[in-house]
Amino acid sequence: MSENIVFQRPSVMADVATHYCPGCQHGVVQRLVAEYIDSRQLAEKTVMVTSIGCSVLLYNYLLMDAVEAPHGRAPAVATGVKRVAPDKVVFAYQGDGDLASIGMAEIMHAANRGERITIIFVNNTCYGMTGGQMAPTTLIGQKTTTCPSGRCASSAGLPLRMAEIMAGLPGVAYASRVAVNTTKHIAQAKKAVRMAFDAPLNDQGMGFVEILATCPTNWKMTPLAANQRIADEMIPYFPLGTFKDAKNAGAC
Amino acid sequence: MKSERIFVKGNEAVAMGAIDAGLKAYFGYPITPQNEIPEYMCEHLPEAGGAFVQAESEVASINMVLGAAAMGVRAMTTSSSPGISLMQEGISYLAGSELPCVIVNMMRGGPGLGDINTAQADYYQSTRGGGHGDYRTPCLAPASCQEAYELTREAFDWAFEHRTPVLIVGDAILGQMKEPLTRRAPRPADPAEGQDWRLSGAQGRPARIIRSLRLAEGTLARHNLGLQAKYDALQGLARADCFLTEDADLVVVAFGSIGRIAKSAVRKLRARGLKVGLVRPVTLYPFPSAVLRDLAQAGKRFLTIEHNMGQMVDDVRLAVRGIADSDFFGALPGNLPTPDEFEEAIAKACAGGRS
Repeated sequence: MSENIVFQRPSVMADVATHYCPGCQHGVVQRLVAEYIDSRQLAEKTVMVTSIGCSVLLYNYLLMDAVEAPHGRAPAVATGVKRVAPDKVVFAYQGDGDLASIGMAEIMHAANRGERITIIFVNNTCYGMTGGQMAPTTLIGQKTTTCPSGRCASSAGLPLRMAEIMAGLPGVAYASRVAVNTTKHIAQAKKAVRMAFDAPLNDQGMGFVEILATCPTNWKMTPLAANQRIADEMIPYFPLGTFKDAKNAGAC
Repeated sequence: MKSERIFVKGNEAVAMGAIDAGLKAYFGYPITPQNEIPEYMCEHLPEAGGAFVQAESEVASINMVLGAAAMGVRAMTTSSSPGISLMQEGISYLAGSELPCVIVNMMRGGPGLGDINTAQADYYQSTRGGGHGDYRTPCLAPASCQEAYELTREAFDWAFEHRTPVLIVGDAILGQMKEPLTRRAPRPADPAEGQDWRLSGAQGRPARIIRSLRLAEGTLARHNLGLQAKYDALQGLARADCFLTEDADLVVVAFGSIGRIAKSAVRKLRARGLKVGLVRPVTLYPFPSAVLRDLAQAGKRFLTIEHNMGQMVDDVRLAVRGIADSDFFGALPGNLPTPDEFEEAIAKACAGGRS
């Protein structure tokens, strides 16, 4: 009787246990990237730019050439890579503290230049690796170690909606927000990751995908409760959807 | 073909030297007094097959350099003092990641916004690492347009040979003055350069990671010991321009443009019969300590002249420690020193008076 393999580890994923906390969804997001790279057989022409925080160790799990960027600077590093190697697939993998706070200038300008790169933006509404401090995406009322009474709009501003901001920039060809808290959402996220890679590959502009993900440790929740929080608290403020798609909205 | 003599600014000489050395990527942000470099690059580097991006900041510039350097190409950025301060984070990462690149600092007065006039007050920053962590960067200090051209070409070879950022420090005088330059035939970069470490897509080999993070126990210590061994090995590259030092009683030590102005002062004092000479360090790191130590052992006295409040004088004193000391004369920022100003200070030091 012949076997019909329907599910296996993508070839670019290392066969190792990750360092991520139980319930953390970096592994899911990284798998989606790996599945895309495998499906297009791009591993040998991809250069990953890893950032700071829990995401930096991406290169331990995805087996492709990688360069590590200082905090927030991944879009600038990716610009340098892509400009001297236009034939390479270049993506940066950034968290919300990295991209929306310290790296706001780099992401805005790389986007505005229409760098032919992909940005995988994982939003878990806190600084994960440093112990759960407030991020620009922390929700109003959310308690963190640097807003123990809950984020207050009058002193800390409102959470930044990056996918919408990115969609407003002409150099971005694709911008969407997805989540990985349900199987249905993961399927949508898989498609969004593909679109975010295809946009620069098709020379349309930058591809940007924001992925709502959990941080159960710093949220002080069980993985299941953390998943539920995405549905109950994050999606109402950070609506899922495609905010820009150059193929549908005309060339950028 | 007869070499053409052209009349260029020091900044243009740097840009030409970089392009003739096989530059493939330039990223920069405007700041006075080095704007002729990005202005030259945007026009001529694409013609030469390289990438030019005017970055949104010095922070982005140096990180674009990091990305291009990781691909194994000759990459550079240029700036002036406040901009170089912003680049220090990236320079530390480049040093930690052992990536080659060239960074040019056409110094101006500081601290802070300071002014746009010439100064040499970034000596400490240039020779002590500048950013965080245990690292050093080779640092070259040209004094003429021709030397700026030659040293910029050479800097890329150093960068790749030693897998390190290399600094070139000039100042507003060097950047803005115009002199004749003889440009030499371009020497394209070796296509095999960096092939044992550069990123290229993991074709037919395991994936490569270029990083400065070393978390596993003992790995950072091993890495830093390796970096230190590299810096120790650089010591042999130390270089200085010696002028009339053999029979001198007093040796003036000055670098860059100030070294050149001091040379004029030394010439004038020689005409007056004073036995003075000059050592102009061409490399600030590694510092040409052996040259100075030999002179100290031969009984010379020293006067260090800088366009700052006294920074390189520390290295001069370290070089001659236990044998001699050095007087110091600092030209104040915000002015253009003249040979006359130095002549008086050198004559005074020669007579044994402290400046």
